[in-house]
Amino acid sequence: MRPFAYERAEDPAEAAALVAERPDAAFLAGGTNLVDLMKLGVAGPGTLVDVRRLGYDRVEHRDDGGVLIGATVKNSELAGDPGIRRRFPALSRAILAGASGQLRSAATTAGNLLQRTRCVYFQDVTKPCNKREPGSGCPAIGGSHRDLAVLGTSDHCVATYPGDMAVALAALDALVHVRGLDGEARALPLEDLYVLPGDTPHRETVLERGDLITGVELPAAPAGAAMHYRKVRDRWSYAFALVSVAAVLRTAGDGTIDEVRLALGGVAPRPWRARTAESELIGKLPTPENVQAAMGAELAGARPLPDNAFKLDLATDLVGAVLRDLTEPEEDR
Amino acid sequence: MSTTTQRATGAPIVRVDGRAKVTGAAQYAYEYPLENMAYAWPVQSTIAKGRVESIDDSAALARPGVIAVLTPDNVARLQVDVELPLPFLAAAVPDLSLLQSREVAFRGQIVAAVIATSLEAAREGAGAVEVGYEEQAHDAVLRFDDDRAYVPGVVNDFSPGNVERGEADRAFAEAPVRIDATYSTPAEHAVPMEPHSATAAWDGDRLTIYNSDQGPFYSSLPISALFGLDPGQVEIVAEYVGGGFGSKAAPRPPTMLAALAARLVDRPVKVALNRPQSFSLTTYRTPTIQRLRLGAERDGRLAAIVHESVQQSSTLVEYTEQSVSSTRLLYAAPDVRTTARVRRLDVPTPGWLRAPGDAPGVYALESAVDELAVELGMDPIELRVRNEPDADPETGQPFSSRNLVGALREGAARFGWEGRDPAPASRREGNWLVGTGVAAAHYPALVFPSTAQARAEADGGFVVRVGAADIGTGARTVLTQVAADALDVPLERVRVDIGRASIGVAPFAGGSIGTASWSWAVEKACGALLDAVQEHGGVPPEGLEVQADTTEDVGALAEMSRGGYGAQFAEVRVDVDTGQIRVDRMLGVFATGRVLNPRTARSQIVGAMTMGLSMALMEIAEPDPEFGDFANHDLASYHVASNADVRDVDCVFLHEDDKNLNSIGGKGIGEIGIVGAAAAIANAVHHAIGLRVRDLPIRIEDVRPALQDLRVR
Repeated sequence: MRPFAYERAEDPAEAAALVAERPDAAFLAGGTNLVDLMKLGVAGPGTLVDVRRLGYDRVEHRDDGGVLIGATVKNSELAGDPGIRRRFPALSRAILAGASGQLRSAATTAGNLLQRTRCVYFQDVTKPCNKREPGSGCPAIGGSHRDLAVLGTSDHCVATYPGDMAVALAALDALVHVRGLDGEARALPLEDLYVLPGDTPHRETVLERGDLITGVELPAAPAGAAMHYRKVRDRWSYAFALVSVAAVLRTAGDGTIDEVRLALGGVAPRPWRARTAESELIGKLPTPENVQAAMGAELAGARPLPDNAFKLDLATDLVGAVLRDLTEPEEDR
Repeated sequence: MSTTTQRATGAPIVRVDGRAKVTGAAQYAYEYPLENMAYAWPVQSTIAKGRVESIDDSAALARPGVIAVLTPDNVARLQVDVELPLPFLAAAVPDLSLLQSREVAFRGQIVAAVIATSLEAAREGAGAVEVGYEEQAHDAVLRFDDDRAYVPGVVNDFSPGNVERGEADRAFAEAPVRIDATYSTPAEHAVPMEPHSATAAWDGDRLTIYNSDQGPFYSSLPISALFGLDPGQVEIVAEYVGGGFGSKAAPRPPTMLAALAARLVDRPVKVALNRPQSFSLTTYRTPTIQRLRLGAERDGRLAAIVHESVQQSSTLVEYTEQSVSSTRLLYAAPDVRTTARVRRLDVPTPGWLRAPGDAPGVYALESAVDELAVELGMDPIELRVRNEPDADPETGQPFSSRNLVGALREGAARFGWEGRDPAPASRREGNWLVGTGVAAAHYPALVFPSTAQARAEADGGFVVRVGAADIGTGARTVLTQVAADALDVPLERVRVDIGRASIGVAPFAGGSIGTASWSWAVEKACGALLDAVQEHGGVPPEGLEVQADTTEDVGALAEMSRGGYGAQFAEVRVDVDTGQIRVDRMLGVFATGRVLNPRTARSQIVGAMTMGLSMALMEIAEPDPEFGDFANHDLASYHVASNADVRDVDCVFLHEDDKNLNSIGGKGIGEIGIVGAAAAIANAVHHAIGLRVRDLPIRIEDVRPALQDLRVR
């Protein structure tokens, strides 16, 4: 491993300044992904700036039903927070569907948002990867890509965003709070945090050097809505999603859909908010045929590869199953 | 001497080394603190075939902490054309001949190594070594119809690559009911908890290696021979080993790297591979493609079996698994042809992994038998019973014991097989499709010559020494039980020392031969010691020691067909919406002779069945043809069963009294638990959804095509 410096920032301004003045510096929170990448030689920061003591470690529930989640709240704390479990059960479920108990006890909210793809080529420095080494090529397209993306990809990169928590956050209309290098705070929708690969797959978010995520804000969940997160993977624990779905659903008395929000995981370079499918479903019953049609429209622009084409129908079937289960009483599930 | 009333063997004794392991007192190969230690980190080839043209180590040597860079130019010359007594030890030599040539045979091969004062410095230095290659086109893809695949004279279990009785192809063509199906299994890795690691130290021309090793004595043979030393000049210490599953049953490159690096810098050197390195340097189960043809009469009697398998090996070593061997004796068909072919590719060398050959081979055979049962409309247990042979169908030899039928019957009763609706996709529970499956298991019961020493101390204690290795199996505990009974004393008065080559000739913990072979020598030594004590009229103050060797006893065994048999049962459920598969329960019933310790035996079998679950549904090292290696090489992307995947896994041992095996009357149980497990699960998946998936692992996308039509409620 390469030598690196470790600095512990005591306030946000210091953290931003430390990173801004050192081009090879990186923020360190839980380190559950970054440290692995350092061991693999994928990341080689000269300085790690520890941001765990900046006071962004609380879950603040507001009277209006919304919540502000601090950037360094541990995944395990967030998943177990009684207010989160009551008001945003899909978020709690999504977090618990990821990683292991040990990792969740170290990983943080912001770190989880910024985790990198687990594409095997990105993680293997002996092989080309446009994301790691721009212009070197993408062997995944003709090679191992079963786990990779079918939506939002480019000829340069087919990597998948691997997380679970962010998929639930996308369905919950999360806002990401960012503190700029100049100290100015701004907020952006979670979906806008991520940049699709295009011909610059090494650029994954809109964050600029010195930008620090300080928290994630969730507006109140729609009154009377039910929500769920379901993940399909190759084993029943400790595996990344092949496809996952976070859904928020409110139906009218006749069973038709009043409001629906759908986010897909495991299929795109970012948590994929399925807005086309959502609008197609409004006013309709969540029948298999209607879901099929809505998801058909959503996935029309998909670019599947031979070994991951199965994800398209799987995503459709999973959305159908989740919406069906959300409209049936708990005991029938 | 007091007489004990309770025998230790047969009792569920807790591990004698359990406390040392869980408290960290047990020392593993990487944990021996020698003075002046250095650390080596390999530089691995980034091409799959070609030649190393240049190695620039200047940048590495300039790094702080770097002592030396081991290259073909400064490495000790080894006796690479050495001859060894056992073919499987000879097979280890090409991969152990590190840096003796500049030719590159596979991606990931060691082409240099950096030796430094710390692990971190060595690793960092390795990244700074510049290697220039002359690259050649490589071929790393296994195909069934590749005409460069050939039938080897002898496969891994010493049997011929091709065996035919009767006229199988003709008999198949004439059979009224025929199954003709091709199955495949992927490359699989052992990924033991403890990575391959070694600490090597030279003292003049004497070499000591603390090695993560399944067979310290056997390992000393190729290593001493390669260095041109006598076996007695090489000590291998393997007191504790954190799993091996076959991958540590012969010394692998990291062991030799430690020895060569220590030779170069004249100080002790440690090597421990990380997980990605392990995927190319520690062997793996070869992928297989197997075509099974079963011809049967309408009453289920098998008329013909043709089992053809093709598998891969590296260009360095001809390693061919015995994937068709169990087919030669499991069923009483008159006309049988079994053919194993091997294709030498530009890939890392494969090797043993729990039940080599039999795990993939029986998966294919027992899937085909299930297909035949479906075709015949016959219960798959009854079909197997109908084809039960009276004697070994291949050799005509009598079975020393064989209770496959008993295992199937007992399993059927315990599992609740009776009343099973054989129709596929007939059982629905909410969103789940539920199915059950069965498969037979077989693994040969071999015994190899071993030595042991037994010593009586004047204080009433005993020390028994045998060159065994306990890789987590419980061997140390079981050998203590065997010794205590043979000496007729309580367990507490016996200490069993294992894990050193210098103790003497002893086979490895591999091929399910360990306990049977070591125990025989231990019993013999203990018996001789009691005789000696009697002769002396007691134990003299300086103690009394005797030695035993079972070479003649093993050689005198009658020609018989010896093997363990079992029946595997599985119940699975498939989510009709998504295709997610869950194994609700597994039951294995085994007839494996006398059980010496029900606790550790159960642990062995349940572990192996769980490995079979992984084999059926998860494990695949994905070939990366463009580069010639495996695309996935860590435990995040190479999946084995997690706790959440393992629900109800149970095993039962049938009583079996076999006087024709060895002194303890036991058959090895290290491997048989995985044999047939994947087939039982695959057969259950077929029963659940009506679709036969013939390529392992069975994953979501494989079962989904069946689900569309099954979704209507």
